[in-house]
Amino acid sequence: MSTRRDFLKGALASGAAVTACVAAVPAAARETRPRPPEALGLLYDATLCVGCKACVAACKEANNNPPEFSTVDHLWDTPLDTSGYTFNIIKMYRNGTMEVKDQEKNGYAFMKTSCMHCGDPSCVSACPVSAMTKDPVTGVVGYNPDKCIGCRYCVAACPFGIPKYQYDSPTGRIGKCELCRHRTKDGHYSACAEVCPTGATLYGKTSDLLAEAKRRIALKPGTRTTYPRGKVGGPDQSYEAPVGNYLQHVYGEKEYGGTQVLKLSGVNFAKVGMPDLPPDAAAALSETIQHTLYANLIMPFAVLGAMTWVAKRNVKPDDESSDKEGS
Amino acid sequence: MVNNQHAAPAPVGGSLVNAATLTCGVLIALMVAILAVRFLFGLGAVTALNDGYPWGIWIVVDVVIGTAFACGGFSVAMLVYIFNRGEYHPLVRPALLASLFGYTLAGAGVIFDLGRWWNVWNMYWPGSINPNSVMFEVAMCISLYIVVMWIEFSPVVLEQLGKDDARRKVGKAMFFIIALGTVLPMMHQSSLGTLLVVMGYQIHPLWQTPLQPALYLLTAITMGYAVVLFESCVASSAYRRKIEMHMLTPMAKVMLGFLAVYLLIRIGDLLVRGALSQAFVPSVEALTFWLEMACFIAPLILIGAESNRRNPAKLFLAGILLMLGGALLRLNGFLIGYETGDGFSYFPTLAEVLVTAGMFAIEVLGYIIITRRFPVLPREEATH
Amino acid sequence: MGNISEIFETSRETLHDIERRLEMPRREFLQFCATLAATMGLPAGAEAAVAKAIEAAKRPSVIWLHFQECTGCTESLLRAEHPTLEKLILDVISLDYHETLMAAAGHQAEAARKDAMKANKGKYVLVVEGAIPLKDKGIYCKVGGHTAIDLVKECAADAAAVIAIGSCAAWGGMPSTGPNPSGSVGVAEALGKPVVTIPGCPPNPYNFLAAVVHFLTFGKLPEVDKLGRPKFAYGRLIHENCERRAHFDAGRFAMEFGDAGHRQGYCLYKLGCKGPETYANCPTLGFGDAGENNWPVGCGHPCIGCSEKGVGFEKPIHQVAKVLNAVPPQQYPRIVEEQGKAASIASAAAVAAVAGAAAGAAIMLTRNLGLSHAAEEAERAKGTGDAGKSSADKAQV
Repeated sequence: MSTRRDFLKGALASGAAVTACVAAVPAAARETRPRPPEALGLLYDATLCVGCKACVAACKEANNNPPEFSTVDHLWDTPLDTSGYTFNIIKMYRNGTMEVKDQEKNGYAFMKTSCMHCGDPSCVSACPVSAMTKDPVTGVVGYNPDKCIGCRYCVAACPFGIPKYQYDSPTGRIGKCELCRHRTKDGHYSACAEVCPTGATLYGKTSDLLAEAKRRIALKPGTRTTYPRGKVGGPDQSYEAPVGNYLQHVYGEKEYGGTQVLKLSGVNFAKVGMPDLPPDAAAALSETIQHTLYANLIMPFAVLGAMTWVAKRNVKPDDESSDKEGS
Repeated sequence: MVNNQHAAPAPVGGSLVNAATLTCGVLIALMVAILAVRFLFGLGAVTALNDGYPWGIWIVVDVVIGTAFACGGFSVAMLVYIFNRGEYHPLVRPALLASLFGYTLAGAGVIFDLGRWWNVWNMYWPGSINPNSVMFEVAMCISLYIVVMWIEFSPVVLEQLGKDDARRKVGKAMFFIIALGTVLPMMHQSSLGTLLVVMGYQIHPLWQTPLQPALYLLTAITMGYAVVLFESCVASSAYRRKIEMHMLTPMAKVMLGFLAVYLLIRIGDLLVRGALSQAFVPSVEALTFWLEMACFIAPLILIGAESNRRNPAKLFLAGILLMLGGALLRLNGFLIGYETGDGFSYFPTLAEVLVTAGMFAIEVLGYIIITRRFPVLPREEATH
Repeated sequence: MGNISEIFETSRETLHDIERRLEMPRREFLQFCATLAATMGLPAGAEAAVAKAIEAAKRPSVIWLHFQECTGCTESLLRAEHPTLEKLILDVISLDYHETLMAAAGHQAEAARKDAMKANKGKYVLVVEGAIPLKDKGIYCKVGGHTAIDLVKECAADAAAVIAIGSCAAWGGMPSTGPNPSGSVGVAEALGKPVVTIPGCPPNPYNFLAAVVHFLTFGKLPEVDKLGRPKFAYGRLIHENCERRAHFDAGRFAMEFGDAGHRQGYCLYKLGCKGPETYANCPTLGFGDAGENNWPVGCGHPCIGCSEKGVGFEKPIHQVAKVLNAVPPQQYPRIVEEQGKAASIASAAAVAAVAGAAAGAAIMLTRNLGLSHAAEEAERAKGTGDAGKSSADKAQV
């Protein structure tokens, strides 16, 4: 015969256990992680980009990716977006008469789309099997297909929509820019930066790139300045050109705690596909919740303990037999 | 009849071949054929998944919603074994059976949605695991829970096979198994909601909140009771048995209690975050939001009064509405309110729909076979 | 505009005259007219009007001046092959003064010039080749004791039309390269009024020929842009008609002379090709009458922008060009592209069917439950149910 007392006992016991755990584990807030000090990355300057797509072609070759076709005659690689087979693409912003480059109204502009190598990557936090990893020194976010289970949580988690899966293959893998980390042993650096004819994509340490980005946006539009090409600290390929009309914002400086790929633009970033992100990474919030609830499994074990104690009292060993009633 | 004198469980008996089982069989056959194509040619060959929508109905419906529907076992076990409400005991086995199938199939469903399923062992390999990942925790808990449920259900099988010795041994450890069976669902059902947190702004403000774990756990518990209501009514109707109103009526009150707490937190969260205004912007999301809220609020009106709770039709309807509301919360969060950027759209292919239908068909077929051949439902003289 | 039948209306005698005078078969003559008409982008049938104009008896007088130049433009004209050009030029027009080609020299030459100007006052065409120095009163170029600036002003005064051939005459060209020690400028700047310019170093001879024949045919010079360049030849960037444009669009570039890309004919933008900021029709015509592909880029060297002021002889040859007027092909990916499959009819129908079936079953069951409940309640009301006691109204806490 169940009584009010028994019920209350059970309820109180479990309630107390849960409360004790919540109180015992301090809100283990996981702060947003900054970029590592030696982080490597890219600086993409949309005002220098002429949309030649050398970087798209170079990236395909460097990663052995097949061409993707979006025209009727499959003549050459014409991807419309990054995908499991296209890790880098240049997209074009169009408005009105498209007369003036890097002008938001009646203008056109280019924007590179590739992995931002976040300081606190959502994909790394999401991946259950550590297929997505962040190198502790260079900060490059790498992918390991041998661990990947293809759950596509990284695809859903990334705020930039970068990791993408190869749906057309029964053995598909995720594809994304890995900053050409597989080419550094041959003395190369990112293929996109290597081939860029105007230096729109520049490779180097993010700290150096950030300084360069800030130098550019401080200049007066129309004046002439020197633009480096290829790699910061590499052989001098710099050239002189007029300064463009920059927005006073280095994208990636603070978004989600900072990314290793920085961008400069003349057109509002939201209009060229770069989302407006807060300085706190989503991964930090997600992990804070998990740690608060499950850090060291303290709470689960405490609750389990309470439940076990209550169940032991209530469950008779031959409870499941056909002939006995419930308590 | 005194409440505590329950008829012992017994197989329902009867033929296994009828319209329901045959239909299930056809759906299952179709599903198997489609899965063969999926494994030979890849996900793109049978699904409408694309770069903007990596998760489709196989994840959102079969796994997220499916496991929530499978929370009957958990909810009833809590009631019977933790809150010591022995009078609900006869509900345990059928609820457990449904949960068992629901979770086992959800686990299988995950496997055939995985793009690199042959690497799934990494999920359990200490050298590979990422304990910070919400998905990792969900996978661990669900895996363990499936094992726990099979153990919980084993007495039914052992009883039918006459292996009483084994059954008694299992019975001795049962209290611990049951305790596990209450903690594990709390962990993973709440974390199924936490999965959304890392997606940040990509989830519509009406469904993105740090309180995901609370919302998903409360709805899972509520849906558990709702599913029990649903299944009891359907099973009784299908097998021409009396509905156990004496249990369902008070259970419905417990269900309403959890529902009330959920609505308080849900609406409070929307107000505090200032997101409720989004519900008044004409959009598809606003529409599905109000649908979802209606499904949650209607049962309060429908069976709020004691007398209404004695009406099986109203109980059944309330159960369905809550199942629908919980399903909508998940569908809205994971699919309809998920926005990865303009230009992408997703609607399941016929093949995807058939596979989902096949999964549910296995559950239904399994439920029918097992209740007819194993002691799950209380013995009863057929009334007509 | 005439049509082809008009040519055949021309009497047999007249055509015979033309053949004799021009010493070319009728067919070759008509071919020449067709070529010129095509170069000017005139519609089909225009060659008839061109033919008629050429066969007109009166040949306009042309005075051709040379200043700071290399005579490349004249040489370019002499290389025109369809047909042997000297015949046509000397017979279609009356070249009354040309320092390279005329037989006379010295005072006779200058006298011939003055006579021609007087005789054809207001009706002759003045062609200028070479830049005109302005510094120090123009003493850095003198012909026959007169400075270039004085000569051009004198000759332009009574000319019906002034054509500046070559980049030097068009805007200063090579002589005007920084620091421009002689203060060289183009004809328009020297005269202080706009003139027709045929820039290039050298320009394609057919650009000049076509402009002249247009004048003969229609009595006026072809439509020009604000720099005086005929639009039919200089209306588009080289980049727009370049045969290597597909490589640019696909991102295939030669990085060094002789590398694999260079040998496969990839785009030369990275080697400094100025095609993207130079207006000319070089890729369409080719040079040396050898057809397309016979131009610098076709031979593997980046365009140096020789016809474009501010580009040619000013920007370093291997410096990257500014891409003007970049209207990439329509399929250049947009910031937002429609992707993903729309709902198929079959799938939508399946989902609807499932939802409908579920809803239907639910409604039916609800009804049945309601009916049996109502029946039970009715029975209980009649007081016949001991089943009533089993109700849950004694729900416990």
